[in-house]
Amino acid sequence: MADKKEILSVQGLKVGVDGKEILHGLDLVIREGETHVLMGPNGAGKSTLGNALMGNPKYEVTEGSAAFLGSDLLEMATNERAAAGLFLSFQNPIEVPGVTLSNFIRSAMEACGTKLSLWNFKKEAARQMEVLQMNPEYLDRDLNVGFSGGEKKKAEILQMLMLHPTLAILDETDSGLDVDAVKTVSTGVEEYQKNQNGALLIITHSTRILESLHVDYTHVLVGGRLVATGDASLIDRINADGFEQFTRAE
Amino acid sequence: MKEKTFVDDINRSVYDIKDTEKDAYRIRQGLTEEIVRKISEEKHDPAWMLEFRLKSLEIYNELQVPDWGPSIDGLNMDNIATYVRANTSMKGTWEEVPEDIKETFERLGIPKAERESLAGVGAQYDSELVYHNVRKEVEDQGVIYTDFESALVGEYADMVREHFMKLVPPTDHKFAALHGAVWSGGSFVYVPPGVKVSIPLQSYFRLNARGAGQFEHTLIIVDEGADLHFIEGCSAPKYNVANLHAGCMELYVRKGAKLRYSTIENWSKNMYNLNTKRAIVEEGGTMEWVSGSFGSHVSYLYPMTILNGAGSHTEFTGITFAGEGQTLDTGLKVVHNGPNTSSFVNTRSISKSGGCATTRSSIVVNPTAKGSKSSVSCESLMIDDISRSDTIPAMDIRTDDADIGHEASIGRISDEAVYYLMSRGLAETEAKALIVSGFADQVSKELPLEYAVEMNNLIRLEMVGSIG
Repeated sequence: MADKKEILSVQGLKVGVDGKEILHGLDLVIREGETHVLMGPNGAGKSTLGNALMGNPKYEVTEGSAAFLGSDLLEMATNERAAAGLFLSFQNPIEVPGVTLSNFIRSAMEACGTKLSLWNFKKEAARQMEVLQMNPEYLDRDLNVGFSGGEKKKAEILQMLMLHPTLAILDETDSGLDVDAVKTVSTGVEEYQKNQNGALLIITHSTRILESLHVDYTHVLVGGRLVATGDASLIDRINADGFEQFTRAE
Repeated sequence: MKEKTFVDDINRSVYDIKDTEKDAYRIRQGLTEEIVRKISEEKHDPAWMLEFRLKSLEIYNELQVPDWGPSIDGLNMDNIATYVRANTSMKGTWEEVPEDIKETFERLGIPKAERESLAGVGAQYDSELVYHNVRKEVEDQGVIYTDFESALVGEYADMVREHFMKLVPPTDHKFAALHGAVWSGGSFVYVPPGVKVSIPLQSYFRLNARGAGQFEHTLIIVDEGADLHFIEGCSAPKYNVANLHAGCMELYVRKGAKLRYSTIENWSKNMYNLNTKRAIVEEGGTMEWVSGSFGSHVSYLYPMTILNGAGSHTEFTGITFAGEGQTLDTGLKVVHNGPNTSSFVNTRSISKSGGCATTRSSIVVNPTAKGSKSSVSCESLMIDDISRSDTIPAMDIRTDDADIGHEASIGRISDEAVYYLMSRGLAETEAKALIVSGFADQVSKELPLEYAVEMNNLIRLEMVGSIG
């Protein structure tokens, strides 16, 4: 396993919002095709990590480094990070009136270096939408406008499947979804894992989405620090005893 | 972030190509009785028209410039040539149009559009029409589409005289009076009862001459139960002296008829655009305005619909984009006279790089307009901190059973939205351009296809220079 190519290497990362430090020095290495799960109670700083890696201007990296495929991620603009193969699935993706989902995905694909004819694009989109049980009519709707919570999450996963990133960070993609929707979304994630050999960092505070997914590593984030790292079995421990065991250990 | 492009030089290039002025006739600049008489003589006006012009000039001299809108101090009538005629007469085929003028219209895509999607075309170059043609099948339907000068003396002379500047009298405001004194060019359209013109007619106005004015007059009468879509386009190359456009459109929509009037105004940024457009609608008729304002240094533009007949209806869909050095004061006016009349207004305005966009709306519901409805929605988007947007609504409701709604919003591009689009690979400028075109989309999809494409290109190119 150690032979696999390192995709992301984060060292001593400290991140603040509005001058308040949220992450207090975080180390994380993700290799090609690996699936990492980041768990932790609300407010632990999980989403902060995802946003800092994607370059959200609201989050300020005060210390540490992050290398993505050998480049200094922190020096890159958000769109350069995306073009390099980093993807973030948003918890509450914003509504953009007047821009259709299909226009958005095609523009994004072009910006990331993939140019498909309209015909091939539609064919590929239809294929992925079938995996996600999405009505193809959504392609012609304005981006996220009037989408239900579940539809928004599916649209995020659709973007991931169309863009073929090297590493996808899924930020609470399972939150607010009913049982069936979680299953569908995780089928989409599985498609990315298996058929696109994509690496994943799944941020979640529940475990439902993980039931049918292969997991290589599990990390527990509490109070802005990684307090435990293990394999998939750590998830069962959390399911049984919650996060409190780690809080106490600290 | 260093990308600071002088957009004017890019996006206007096709409009900015100046032809060498080879005018057969250019009147002395300024505005005097002598000049007005001379224009009338050059144009071989009927006698009543000369009188009308002189009367209008008197009114012009009495009226004051508006004191409630953007400054027009940079406009000095002593420096404006009000009549410039190219060295050609009006032709019925493009082949006969002089090569340089034809090339100008080729660059603007007019002959191509005519071949592909129009029922008829009029092309005005400076003060006179140089080309006018209408498809035979439309002509066979009895539709009249001709230059205004021919209409004034031809078969429809009485109809033209009966309607000319009745809806917009010279007393309306100072620049209506100016129009009455020096008008030249424009089109006359008559659609007989029951005739549906299935594809649009288009007039294109090109002002090439430096320091000149264009004062075309458009009169459209859509008779009972008839249906027409009329498109108007305008552009000019940029000069460092003021140019003036003070056209006048008078539109008559008879009982049960429907008229859609689409405009894309892309004047150069040295233009004072003081245009007057007005429609009157009879029982059950429909008047639809689609208006895109992108060009000019200063615009005063408020198309007006008078809903006279019972159950008549009007819709106004407009977009205004004010960039650097532009003050675009646009909007609309609706007067509800008949019972159960309805108006629906939807505008978008965008301002950037210090541009100023003001949207004025005026809805008047008179006591006779029982059971009328009006819905007005005005949205503005400011791209940066140095630009300005204002919304000035006025409502004068004189009956108590009208249903009136007004909403306005002024916003900025949210950082969150830009970040979201960038996270998918779009550069900041592209992300912003996409958000702006999305904002404009509801309006741009109402435009004729080629104009919608042109508008999206304009927005994209305008946005390239907006990040500094």
